[in-house]
Amino acid sequence: MIQAYLGVDVGSVSTNLVIISELGQLLASKYMRTNGRPIQTVQEGIQALGQEAASQIEIIGCGTTGSARYLTSMIIGADVVKNEITAHAIAASHEIEDVRTIIEIGGQDSKIIILQDGIVTDFAMNTVCAAGTGSFLDQQASRLCIPIEEFGGYAAKATNPVRIAGRCAVFAESDMIHKQQLGYNLEDIVAGLCEALVRNYMNNVGKGKEIMAPVVFQGGVAANQGLVRAFKKYLGFEVVVPPYHDVMGAIGAAYLAREAVKRKGRTGFKGFNLENINFRTTSFECRGCSNACEVVQFFENNNLIARWGDRCGKWELQVG
Amino acid sequence: MKISFPRMGYSYIAFKWLVENMGHECVVPPEPSNRTLDLGVRYAPEFACIPFKILLGTYIEVAQMGAQAVITSGGMGPCRAGYYWVMHKYLLEEMNLPLKIIAMEMPLLNLGDFWKKIDLLRRDGGISLKELLRVLKITWAKVKSIDDVEIRSHQVRPRELKRGETTLAINAGLAFIDAAQNEEEIREARQEALSLLDRVPCDEQRQPLKIGIIGEIYVVLEPAANHYIQLLLGEMGVETDRSIYLSAYARKNTIVNLEGDLFSVARPYLNEAPIGGHGVNSIAETILYARHGFDGVVQLAPFSCIPEIVAKSIIPTVSREYDIPVQTLFIDEQTGRAGVQTRMEAFVDLLQWRRDRGIHKKKVFSL
Repeated sequence: MIQAYLGVDVGSVSTNLVIISELGQLLASKYMRTNGRPIQTVQEGIQALGQEAASQIEIIGCGTTGSARYLTSMIIGADVVKNEITAHAIAASHEIEDVRTIIEIGGQDSKIIILQDGIVTDFAMNTVCAAGTGSFLDQQASRLCIPIEEFGGYAAKATNPVRIAGRCAVFAESDMIHKQQLGYNLEDIVAGLCEALVRNYMNNVGKGKEIMAPVVFQGGVAANQGLVRAFKKYLGFEVVVPPYHDVMGAIGAAYLAREAVKRKGRTGFKGFNLENINFRTTSFECRGCSNACEVVQFFENNNLIARWGDRCGKWELQVG
Repeated sequence: MKISFPRMGYSYIAFKWLVENMGHECVVPPEPSNRTLDLGVRYAPEFACIPFKILLGTYIEVAQMGAQAVITSGGMGPCRAGYYWVMHKYLLEEMNLPLKIIAMEMPLLNLGDFWKKIDLLRRDGGISLKELLRVLKITWAKVKSIDDVEIRSHQVRPRELKRGETTLAINAGLAFIDAAQNEEEIREARQEALSLLDRVPCDEQRQPLKIGIIGEIYVVLEPAANHYIQLLLGEMGVETDRSIYLSAYARKNTIVNLEGDLFSVARPYLNEAPIGGHGVNSIAETILYARHGFDGVVQLAPFSCIPEIVAKSIIPTVSREYDIPVQTLFIDEQTGRAGVQTRMEAFVDLLQWRRDRGIHKKKVFSL
């Protein structure tokens, strides 16, 4: 049996699970679509990992990250729950020596993380608008009837990228349509969109940040060669896409679990057999005062295992 | 007359007393809710900023509750908010809501106008000049006591042993101040409220991170407009101070107190022309918090707020030179808290790493 750590990153678009060894070697990984059902997806993912690995691997620590990190932590019994900015930073600094800048673009958000000597010194995340994130690319790819996996290939064939407005997803889309109706070829439009997204990222998320090499580009969108090229062109230097760029958040959560278990002594991991457990969330409005907080309850089978959402702490409950 | 006003944090307790004791009936504005936002968004111009929309929503709500007038403030410097009360007035007229808007300009900018409006309210309420002065004095005492209690709560909360105890204590304490009817009673209520907070079981060993909250006045003052950021950070174990308290300019124990001085503090970074709203303040306050040894600063900016956008683009230089991390949150219609929670958690991680490595003490500043 190999002792190992599990990291789970449940984001808006994808759910990623990884298992790493004590030394940080990636033993198994899963990249799944969340499809709006985080509980079910996590259950399926854990189950599938178990079938692959349970006979050789013993999980001695587990961590969660991503926007459903709290929910997920209750499902799997996580030892650590961390925000995705910290998780991405931890993963990148383990994978790429002396990394100074992390560009991370996910389904609904994009972020930049600046590091020095292995610690985060500054970061920013897109606010208010999701222009330039994976969801927008997905949408444009499907409008143009190009599978998202081939998007980068189209961009690579461009000879003369079209200029497309990048400030806002709505502006970008109408600008793209105008250019397309003028008869520009698809390759040049797709490449133009990649450049617009990079411009938007740099002007919005990257504004006021000193971007220094080595630059790492991670997140699901880093699979898009068109964007990688556009970043290189804009920055004027190399951009590294790590081999496991799409599961870096989960890798970070696994590293954090390794540290957490050293402090805690033992893991709370519930095991790989989650398939037959019924997890569900219900809520009610508290009438204790005028705040009328929405109190959320989380059940494992018929046992209430957590309750939260009240501002005063009256209902708060955490089992285990 | 039935009078209301914009809701800004706990200040409604003092303003309710003022309105009632000037001989009027008070319609206490409800805490901004999803309904407030829906109403505001529905009737406001799309491009207006979030304070405009929440205020409009509040005005519609209080009009429906029977208010005949709202007392509000004008603006400061070149920021569109100065014209907002005029737009609110036109919009309410268009909706046939008979709500009168009484906009008080800053007393320091136009004392005559300020006095004229106050005096009109006095005569309408049927109280004497002498009585008015007494009422204003007591209102001011309430404003100050409320701020004292709130300031203390933000110091206690990060140390509390059981989540929520501080919030229960401050709510109980503010009820005493609410009930107080004269200066003597206010003094006692304030004492009682502070000692309630001091009795909250705390971890005295804990040395919380300290974050300064800066930005546009409305989103800084109204918790419902800023995702209850001070509560959120407090419960994450962070002590907060915010740049704006209504009573701040008359006190010495807040970090930011003398408005006039802020311009000179900010001058090295924007010498050519001042910006309006609270943009200059945001630049200067970042410097003040750095000088006072705070670990970081959070800037709250309504989405599309020009003064805060200008400040935001200057702040990275200030942040570098004074070695203090600043995180900007743009605030708009979103009511989901996950995004704010994630950013704040990551920001707190960053500050904790810096503190653990002794980075934040690298530079020493003269005050």
